Amino acid sequence: MNGAGQRIEIAGVGKRFGGQQILEAIDLTIAPGELVALLGPSGSGKTTLLRIIAGLETAESGQIRFGDDDATRLTVQERRVGFVFQSYALFRHMTVFDNIAYGLTVRPRRERPRRREIARCVDELLEMMQLPGLGGRYPAQLSGGQRQRVALARAMAIEPRVLLLDEPFGALDAKVRKELRQWLREIHDRTGLTTVFVTHDQGEAMDLADRVAVLNAGHIEQVGAPRELSETPATPFVREFLA
Amino acid sequence: MSERTIAARAADFASESPRTRGLLIAISIAFLSLFLFLPLAVVFAQAFAHGTGAYFAAFVDPDARAAIALTLSVAAVAVPLNAAFGIAAAWAIAKFDFVGKNLLTTLIDLPFSVSPVVAGLVFVLVFGAQGVFGPWVAAHGLHIIFAPTGIVLATLFVTFPFVARELIPLMQQQGVAEEEAALTLGAGGLRAFVTVTLPNVKWALLYGVLLCNARAMGEFGAVSVVSGHIRGLTNTIPLQVEILYNEYNIVAAFALASLLALLALVTLALKTYLEWRFVGAVARRPAR
Repeated sequence: MNGAGQRIEIAGVGKRFGGQQILEAIDLTIAPGELVALLGPSGSGKTTLLRIIAGLETAESGQIRFGDDDATRLTVQERRVGFVFQSYALFRHMTVFDNIAYGLTVRPRRERPRRREIARCVDELLEMMQLPGLGGRYPAQLSGGQRQRVALARAMAIEPRVLLLDEPFGALDAKVRKELRQWLREIHDRTGLTTVFVTHDQGEAMDLADRVAVLNAGHIEQVGAPRELSETPATPFVREFLA
Repeated sequence: MSERTIAARAADFASESPRTRGLLIAISIAFLSLFLFLPLAVVFAQAFAHGTGAYFAAFVDPDARAAIALTLSVAAVAVPLNAAFGIAAAWAIAKFDFVGKNLLTTLIDLPFSVSPVVAGLVFVLVFGAQGVFGPWVAAHGLHIIFAPTGIVLATLFVTFPFVARELIPLMQQQGVAEEEAALTLGAGGLRAFVTVTLPNVKWALLYGVLLCNARAMGEFGAVSVVSGHIRGLTNTIPLQVEILYNEYNIVAAFALASLLALLALVTLALKTYLEWRFVGAVARRPAR
């Protein structure tokens, strides 16, 4: 797996939809290998911002850069981001193995690894995600926590530049959530991937992230380390949201 | 109170008395017998009225063979085309937002609300000798009306909605998340469609194709108007059955009709199997 994370630069990003300004003048720089949380209530635009970084949605204004490359014009496939959806979006008719291998099997023939190489890669990921021996199962046969980890393995199989997670623990019960939080931190530390995750749970954001960006109604209210945010909130909204 | 007594009491309260139940079942069976079992039985009884020799002789007749061949070839063209149209329409409607989406959804249902005879007549008025494009068609040496091409067109029209209507609700329910996931993993649009979208709807697609095929082979009204009833050339099985019956060739008529009856039974059996086996994968047809 790759060890080097890339810097993400978001400059002046704005988006309108149906007469509403979903995001306005978003500026955010995420250092290589950092774990950043986009925190905010629903409707704050955090998921939209994440999807814009991924290329699943386009911004009307602004730029996205990965490292030194301008990614704004790149298609979602070209950006090579690892995205974990809120509902995991596992391919229901494929086995866990095929799900994780998917990103490798759709590569053009020249770049596609050999079958044995793919199998090795998938097995490594299954080990890392603590899912040994589940390669032959179907998503419907897995628990929520297991599906989560398969989704993460699938995203990481393509050796992404950055890892994006949309409310990764939203659908799980409290105990599983706590365990996975710890485990995600470990995975992040081990791989060094630049990671951005969206959440409305302030406890989760403060617990996990190196830095937290608090969003409200399409603006970033404050960005900083968790302690900085709780000790010196920049606006009343931040203070109340983190209370 | 134990849980069992509560449940039992609820069941008693909700269900009818045994007598009412028996009566409803009897009425259903009587209805089905009169309008379904009896006609089917009569078809086979009449077909074999003069013995198996006469039954099989009906299929040796060149006009009958031509009718069977034409029916099969029309279905072979119309069903795959409508499967492709249906998939494309369902994909567009379920996965995208665009101006005119509601109009498209309404248009897809149009063939169901139009009388088949009117559907056939429309093609005559458009492509017939006195039709809108009549001179153009004649000038290019094409034969549409009173020729197999017209029959295919009319069949395409009346069977169009079947595949689309099976796929649309299912695809809408499945959403776009899996396709988006495929895109983030590097799959192109077509690749995602073939490897993710299609496999997710394969049973509903089969179900829709089954219905489309049954209607394509059994269509009478629209085909009757455009065909011209030219023996050996533009008669499908349903049309040939009508001709034979009008000539009082009862056994031959019912012999051909038994083919359609068999098709109906096979379709019903496959359909029931698909519904039973893939309960979640085949969306229930929305109420008309």
